[in-house]
Formats: sequence, structure tokens, C-alpha cells
Amino acid sequence: MSDQNDPMAEIRASFFIECEELLEALQDGLQEMEEAEDGSEDPETINVVFRAVHSIKGGAGAFGLEALVRFAHRYETVLDEVRNGVLHPDSDAMKLFFLAADHLSDLVRACRDETPLPEETSEELLTRLDALLGDEGGAEEVAPEDFQPMGLSLGLDLPDLDAPTANHFTIRFKPEQELFATGNEPLMLLRNLCDLGTSSVRCNLADLPALEDLAPETPYIEWLIELETEAAEPEIRDVFEFVDGLCEIEITGAAPEQGPTEIAPLPEELSKALPEEAEPEAALPETLEPQVAPPPTTAGKSEERESAKDTGEARKGGAAAAKSVVRVDLERIERLVNLVGELVINQAMLSQSLDEAGLSPHSDAMNGLEEFQRLTRDIQDSVMMIRAQPVKSLFQRMSRIVREASAAVDKDVRLITEGEGTEVDKTVIERLSDPLTHMIRNAVDHGLEGAADREKAGKPRAGTVKLTAAHRSGRVIIEVADDGAGINRKRVQEIAVSKGLIPPEIQLSDSEIDNLLFLPGFSTAKTVSNLSGRGVGMDVVKTAIQSLGGRITINSEPNKGTTFSISLPLTLAVLDGMVVNVAGETLVLPLNVVVETLSLGPDDVQMLRPGHYVVRVRGGFVPLYDLGVMLGYRQQRKTEAGAIVLLIVLEDSTRAALVIDGIQDQRQVVIKGLDDSFYRAPGIAAATILGDGQIALILDPADVIAGMGHMRGADLMLSERMIANE
Amino acid sequence: MSEQGQNNDLELLTFRVADQEYSLDIMSVREIRGWTRTTPMPHAPDYMRGVINLRGTVLPVMDLARRLHLPSQETNDRNVIIVVNLNGTLTGLLVDAVSDIVAITEDDLQLPPDMSTDPQMSVVRSLTVIDDRMIRVLDLRAVVPAASDEVA
Repeated sequence: MSDQNDPMAEIRASFFIECEELLEALQDGLQEMEEAEDGSEDPETINVVFRAVHSIKGGAGAFGLEALVRFAHRYETVLDEVRNGVLHPDSDAMKLFFLAADHLSDLVRACRDETPLPEETSEELLTRLDALLGDEGGAEEVAPEDFQPMGLSLGLDLPDLDAPTANHFTIRFKPEQELFATGNEPLMLLRNLCDLGTSSVRCNLADLPALEDLAPETPYIEWLIELETEAAEPEIRDVFEFVDGLCEIEITGAAPEQGPTEIAPLPEELSKALPEEAEPEAALPETLEPQVAPPPTTAGKSEERESAKDTGEARKGGAAAAKSVVRVDLERIERLVNLVGELVINQAMLSQSLDEAGLSPHSDAMNGLEEFQRLTRDIQDSVMMIRAQPVKSLFQRMSRIVREASAAVDKDVRLITEGEGTEVDKTVIERLSDPLTHMIRNAVDHGLEGAADREKAGKPRAGTVKLTAAHRSGRVIIEVADDGAGINRKRVQEIAVSKGLIPPEIQLSDSEIDNLLFLPGFSTAKTVSNLSGRGVGMDVVKTAIQSLGGRITINSEPNKGTTFSISLPLTLAVLDGMVVNVAGETLVLPLNVVVETLSLGPDDVQMLRPGHYVVRVRGGFVPLYDLGVMLGYRQQRKTEAGAIVLLIVLEDSTRAALVIDGIQDQRQVVIKGLDDSFYRAPGIAAATILGDGQIALILDPADVIAGMGHMRGADLMLSERMIANE
Repeated sequence: MSEQGQNNDLELLTFRVADQEYSLDIMSVREIRGWTRTTPMPHAPDYMRGVINLRGTVLPVMDLARRLHLPSQETNDRNVIIVVNLNGTLTGLLVDAVSDIVAITEDDLQLPPDMSTDPQMSVVRSLTVIDDRMIRVLDLRAVVPAASDEVA
């Protein structure tokens, strides 16, 4: 990837993209296998798993990634045993498979980034995988001779077993169009089949239409193979493994039937046209050149010839409802998003100048503008949808976190995920990974009790962590729920007091105590485990979520568990904002924090202490901040009477009243990132461009208030309460 | 910039800041814009004039006079913003007026005398004389602060 001009690098890059997809399919498959324990799993699932590993191996081989090949090969060997029904993985084995899958993805990434490979883990896992083979194999199957009849008995209604060393099979093989489209070659399959024993191959051309009716890309030919072999049916199936689903295969073990009744003679025209296929009863496939096969049209790139059929096949198997997908360079989408942003700004400018021109609202121009605005919005929504991705990849990463975390604290934890298909902006997904990891670790480490405590509480020994995603009223809700003991509020309060975060005598409601978890410098872990409690607390999670324009809330019930809900905007590119004037500047506040606008009367404002004012809102007191002063635009005025005030409520239910000079509008604004490479303004989240081409800053109200250095979070809440008590 | 010295030719954009003459390597200049009102950033260092809309992107604008600790003048219509590109990041520099483009050779440049106590000198890379006037060649990397040495 480092060298963009190198065609090989490009192919390599696309191999690694394929790998990501395969790894995803692998994870999915393993998940399914785990859920369908006690051997009831769908044989197709294990096939998908096997093929994913196999395809990675194939591709890795083509690029000479030997460490990857080596690991994938031995992993695959074990999976093969499972596939053949020899090995029935118990839950420990499944865990090992997951570990191996994780390790495989580590290896893939290490190869991609050309970082050192974690060889020791490879060895350790391989030893464990091999042990699996040894034990299980020994228990169920001793010698390969025993294995064969076993395989057959799985295999099916074989009335005729009189020749134990030479089985007789009749195989009907009819390729479908996709088989050729994915670059498979029937000749190779037939040869492989013939290698298994003595065979005779016949070609059935009954379906072949006259030349004028012949569709060049439709295969009409089927082959009938009589095979005398020592191999069992599964081995024959293996030959067709990579074309599974791309052809019709019938394998019958009975004595050969009289052959298909309608082997029609080849139409005369065709035999002239295609001399190679003139002998319908060709004895051996050497002469069989499948000329009717269309060229592999879909395999546009010459890349990875070796792995093309494997990967194509695996993908087909993995995603049953595969949609057609275009892979687009992210940069192009960014460009489109930016252009649409320009369009929205331009439209705002246009509408402003039409307004100023004093046109009647019923004039054609104004009607046209309205239509234009609607279209712009539609385009904007559509473009945002392009950036949206299902949260599945994120959730899969989390399942790995759960496995690692539960192993580290020696708890048995099940992760249930729901709503994996929920789509969120790509950037949101990327930036959600860290906070979510932290929350999952917290849930496993602090949320869930140990197995003994769980049994005492009458719960199953294994804890459950549930990760869900859903769309709700224009936002994305992601929840992390555990079924643990719930928040120990008494202890939380003790800790907060002992750390000097709250005064000792204060009375707090349950939700106020829960919110103490988000205070900087709060950590409930008694000991610093190597998992969570690394000095990174929930406050960091909260900050990360807030920087995405999100909110996080806690809901905890004693002995039932704790749920953290994250609510996020669908996109980071537009914001519903309130446009206000402050000290001659135009500012934008996120509309979702504004709950009320007030006009101050002379008696509404009370001084708490010099420089600190509160405003009385329906019996309660709310701290009052002058935005102009806070942003350094002007000095504190003598009186705020007559000013306009926005009452805002932040995520942590902090309330504040912000003094502004006037409200302009409520509208959608396009978020423009501020290049804070050399200056990051406190309280400013981003900027936008107004209809007149001027830049307006978008405020982050929580940051503005925090930036005052006065109060924050619970402190503010408490001071409010103290005021109310006075 | 010193790579420029290979062919010994150097073009400088000269401009005036607080009645002093400065210049920049023209290769680092992206464009020159007329003065537009900036949107001030709260609590920014005094030399940060704010941000402007540069065709849809937010461009930070720096008052070069204040940055060089020179008396800042009232802005008027003749002021211009020089948009410079430093390692892919665009920054606007507010100057009084652009004077000229001059072609010189590396040999015409002199190192400034070592007067390291003078904060202004560290941003002046070299000096040259054109028509008997001393022109200071600014070192853009020193003028535009990096994130590391400007903790917000």
C-alpha cells in the first residue's frame, strides 16, 4: 500500500480488503455455530467458516505471506474435521476457534501493516488446536480405515455396499452460469474427480439448443461421471467444494442406472460449429474443452487468480442475501459531501438575497426556491446515507473485547448483539470504538458479578452483556446493558466523598449518584485491574461521546443490571441549530440543548456572589452566564435586565441560562471542522458558513460552561441544589 | 525552501507590515485575497484575527503585525490576506499591502546577524537588499506556530 504506483501493491491492498470481509464472515459463522451448540448447527455454517479460512490461506499463499498461510492451514485442518463431522466442538473448543479467528485477523493486519507477527501466540494457539485434533480424533476415530464406513453411513442411502474397497458412484454435474462467471473450470473438476479412481465421463448435450438459439453465456452441458473409487462420498463432495451452489450435483452411490434416458445426439449444426465437443460420449475429459463456457466476465481485474474463485465463492456462501455493492474511495465520498455542503450554503445565500430583494412569497422565484430547498435536503440526506455503515463491524470488534475481557477477569460472559444492521455515519463508527471498548470492559469487569455471587443471587453463572443499536427519532441509540448487580450507589457516594468530589452531607437522588461515575477522577475499581481502571474513567467516555454530539445516560437497577445508553446524531455533517447574536457576532447553538427562551425582567436575576448570577425559572434557580463575556467578546454588563436568555439542559441534566442579544433563526447548518492544528478555542465545537458567506462559530455549550472554570457536571447540579435550599 | 536554492533562483513576494518590508518565498503563497471581516475566535491569542470563509473551508487568519510584535494598524480596505500553505495547512496572513514580486538568487541572501534575544529575528530567515531597501525574508515555519508550541 505504501507504493501506489505498484500494481502489485494495489492487488495486495484489495486482498486485504477481501480478508476483512472474510474475517467478518468467519466471525459470523463462528457466532452461529456457538449459538447452535449441541451439534445442531447448519452444515452450511461450518462450510462458510472453513471457506473463509481457506480463502485467506489461498490469497496469503499468492502473496507469499508464509506465517499467515501456516496458521490458516492448521486452523483449517481442524475446521475441516469439524466439517466432516469427526470433531464436535464443545464450548471450550468454540472459544479456541474464536481465539484463533482473532489471531488470524491479527496476523492479517500484521501482514498488511508489515509489522512484526505475533509468532508466539501463533505457536501457542496452534498447539492447542492440534491438541483438539489429537484428543477428539482419538476418542471418536482411531484409524482412517474405520473412518471410511463411518463417512458413508453419514452419507446416505447406500443400498449397495458389496464392494467395500471400491465404491461405485454416479455423479451428475451440471454447471450453472455463475460457475463460469466466477472463473471456475469444469475440466479441472473433472480431472480431480478422475484422480479419485477409475472413471468414465459422459457429456449430456440434450439441453443444447440449435446454434441460432444458443445463448453464448448459458451453459447447456452436463456431465455424467461413473466413478469406481475407494473414496467416500464426502471426498467426492470436496472436489466440488468451491463450486458449491454454482452447479447442480447429484451423487448416487447405487449401481449405475441405465444412464440418462435422453442423451440426444448432438444437433448437427453444432457438431460442425464445435468440433471439440462432437463426441457426446467422450471417454475422458482430456478432450473436453468447455467451449460453451463464457469467459469469466465478472473477474475484471487480473488480481489474485489463485484466490479469485475461492473468495468469490466464500463471499457468496457467507452473505446469502448479497446485495450488489460498489467499493468507492472514501475521498470521493468526502468530496461529494463537501460539495453538497457547498450547495446547502449556496442555497442559503440565494434565499437570503431573494429575501432581501423583497420578492413576494408567492412569486415564481420563491416557489422555485422552495422546491430547490427540498431537493437540496433530499440530496443531502442521500449523500449522508452513502457514508452510513452498519454497526456490525464495530459490534464484532466488541465481541472480541468481551472474550478477552472475560478471560482476563475469569468470568463467563455471553455477548448478545442486536441491531447490527443499524447504519451510522462512518466517522461515528470509527470514533465510537474506543468509548465502546471501555464501556464493554467496564461492564465485564465492574458490572457483572463473579460466578459465585451470581449463583447466590439466583442468576445463571454466565453473565450477559447486551449490545444493541437502533434508530430512534432521528438519532442512533446504542446501549450496553449487563445483567449484573447494578450500581452500588452507597459505595459510589462514599468514593465520591472520599475523593472530595462532593461534600459529605449532601443528599443525592439515585440518578445523581449514577452520574457521579462520569466525574473526572472517579474510579470504583477497588484494585486497579489490568482491564479497566487504568486511570481512564467514564468521564473520558463521556467526553468522547459528547464530541460526537451525543449524550450518554445510565440506568441501573439493583441486582438487575446497569444499562448505558448512548444517543448519537445520525451524521456529523449537519446540525439543527439555533442561530443567535451575541455582541455583534453570530453564533450557533445545537438546537437539542435549548429547552426554552426567556426575556429577563428586572427582578429575575439575583446575585449569588459578585460576578455570579442566578436566574429564577419557575421557582428554581439556574446559573446565568453571559455568552458575550464567556467568549471574551465584551465586559460584564451592569444589568442583564431586558436581555434574552436561552435555557439549556445538557446531557447530564445540568441546567444553565445563557444571555444572548437576539435570536435570528432556527435552521440546519453545515458543520465545518475547525482546523485546530495551532489553536483550539474552548467552547467552540466547529464552524458553519452563513447565508451571507460569513463564518459563524458553533458552540459546545457544555464546554463553554466548563471553560468558565467555575462549575461543571455534578458541581453545578449541587450548587443549583444549594441555591434552591437556601 | 532551501531546496529552491538548487537552481539559485528565488522569487519573493514582498509586502508591508506596519511600514516595514517583509517577504515570503512565493512558492509557499497560495493566493492573495482582499480583506474581509473575520469571525473572531474566543480567547484566542491576540495575533489570531479569527477565521474567514475561503470558498467553503474555514481559514484561520493571523495578524502578521501582532505576530511580529509590531504596532498593529487599523484595518482598511487596502489590507490583504496572503494565504500561505505550510505542509498542506492553509493559513491567512493579514498584511498592510502587497508590494512586488522580485527575483533574486540565493547569493543575494544574507543570514541575519545573530541577535537571538530579539523575538522577531527568529522568524526572519535571511535578509536581502533590493533597491537599497532591506527586505526581511520570513521563515514561515516559525511564523505559523505548530500545535506543539502553542498550547491553547
